Amino acid sequence: MTDTLQPDNLALDFDRTIERHDRIEPRDWMPEKYRATLVRQVAQHAHSEIIGMQPEGNWITRAPSLRRKAILLAKVQDEAGHGLYLYSACETLGVTRAELTEKLISGKQKYSSIFNYPTLSYADVGTIGWLVDGAAICNQVPLCRTSYGPYGRAMIRICKEESFHQRQGFELLMTMMSGTDEQRAMVQESVDRFWWPSLMMFGPPDAESPNTAQSMAWGIKRDTNDDLRQKFVDMSVPQAEALGVTLPDPALRWNEERGHHDFSQPDWEEFAAVVAGSGPCNAQRIAHRKRALDEGAWVREAATAFAASEAGAAHTAATGETR
Amino acid sequence: MTVQPEWPLYEIFVRGKRGLNHVHVGSLHAADDEMAVRHARDVYTRRNEGVSIWAVRADLIVASSPDEKDPLFDPAGDKVYRHPTFYDIPDNVPHM
Repeated sequence: MTDTLQPDNLALDFDRTIERHDRIEPRDWMPEKYRATLVRQVAQHAHSEIIGMQPEGNWITRAPSLRRKAILLAKVQDEAGHGLYLYSACETLGVTRAELTEKLISGKQKYSSIFNYPTLSYADVGTIGWLVDGAAICNQVPLCRTSYGPYGRAMIRICKEESFHQRQGFELLMTMMSGTDEQRAMVQESVDRFWWPSLMMFGPPDAESPNTAQSMAWGIKRDTNDDLRQKFVDMSVPQAEALGVTLPDPALRWNEERGHHDFSQPDWEEFAAVVAGSGPCNAQRIAHRKRALDEGAWVREAATAFAASEAGAAHTAATGETR
Repeated sequence: MTVQPEWPLYEIFVRGKRGLNHVHVGSLHAADDEMAVRHARDVYTRRNEGVSIWAVRADLIVASSPDEKDPLFDPAGDKVYRHPTFYDIPDNVPHM
């Protein structure tokens, strides 16, 4: 085994594993930059799931029926679960949960810009399920084959559950579209607001995405931002038709030659501003997360104290000694 | 922000249904064993994915070296005669 301890051999083993499209596992040697890139991406993904609970959680108490409330509760609980799968995957790279939480709250790590937009009407619950979770699925399905084992396995679990999220959203919108004119107008207004931020979810255009090439060479990312964005637009057009809503892009049309839809780019200056912290809800989202952390501290302390006292009691019962 | 010590990490194994092995599904932090099982139920079996959960403190797991070239596995490397395909049997011999 001594020969594999040479750094060159370790790097060669890593490169060969990537070339074979095999997976890298937590205790394997990996380049520091591979590790750092993954920590950044998986942490951002985990934070997005956790912060993503807030916009929809906003409507739980005001869901219009017990059925809708139960569905929304289940969905928001899933997002918490997704965050936990991803935090666990991230921790296998040698960072602690406390560190990740601290970096979210201090703004050193980001989350998806989409969650900095407010949910102004109940229709937004449906639109988020349809468009936002739809975009997330486009992003996440290829990540099931990502080169880092724990990340890929977390993505497989998440993708299985996301399908329910998208379908419940679409069904909610279909129900509203079969209602009154006012309800149909609510859906259209909501789609108008969420279309562009949904397109931004795939990240900046390829030409301005400096990390993409290296991430693809390492098998962390499997598709470019622009390819995924195109796929999402192509998927969404027939769904919008089935729903009876208009996507707010006058340039959106089928291009026979390309076999894809042409569409306009979102406002990338707005995207940069939201990522930099000036979105409508950035401050509110982080303040809420910090409040939940602070207000839950006594619960975590009590659980730790209880565990210690139970362990002490068990020790006494087993040995007759107190400690 | 108060910095608290991290709760121990548990690896979670779920038996999908009777007759199957427990399979590793992921990990979580918990203050104690009982909380680990409760959290595992909420995190990993929200959709009837399991009939039984094992939660194992990660620091109690004994593992082989991560290296694929670990000499631990060398003894199996040159024993092709342990595989049924090593033996040539004529095609006309049935049930073999």
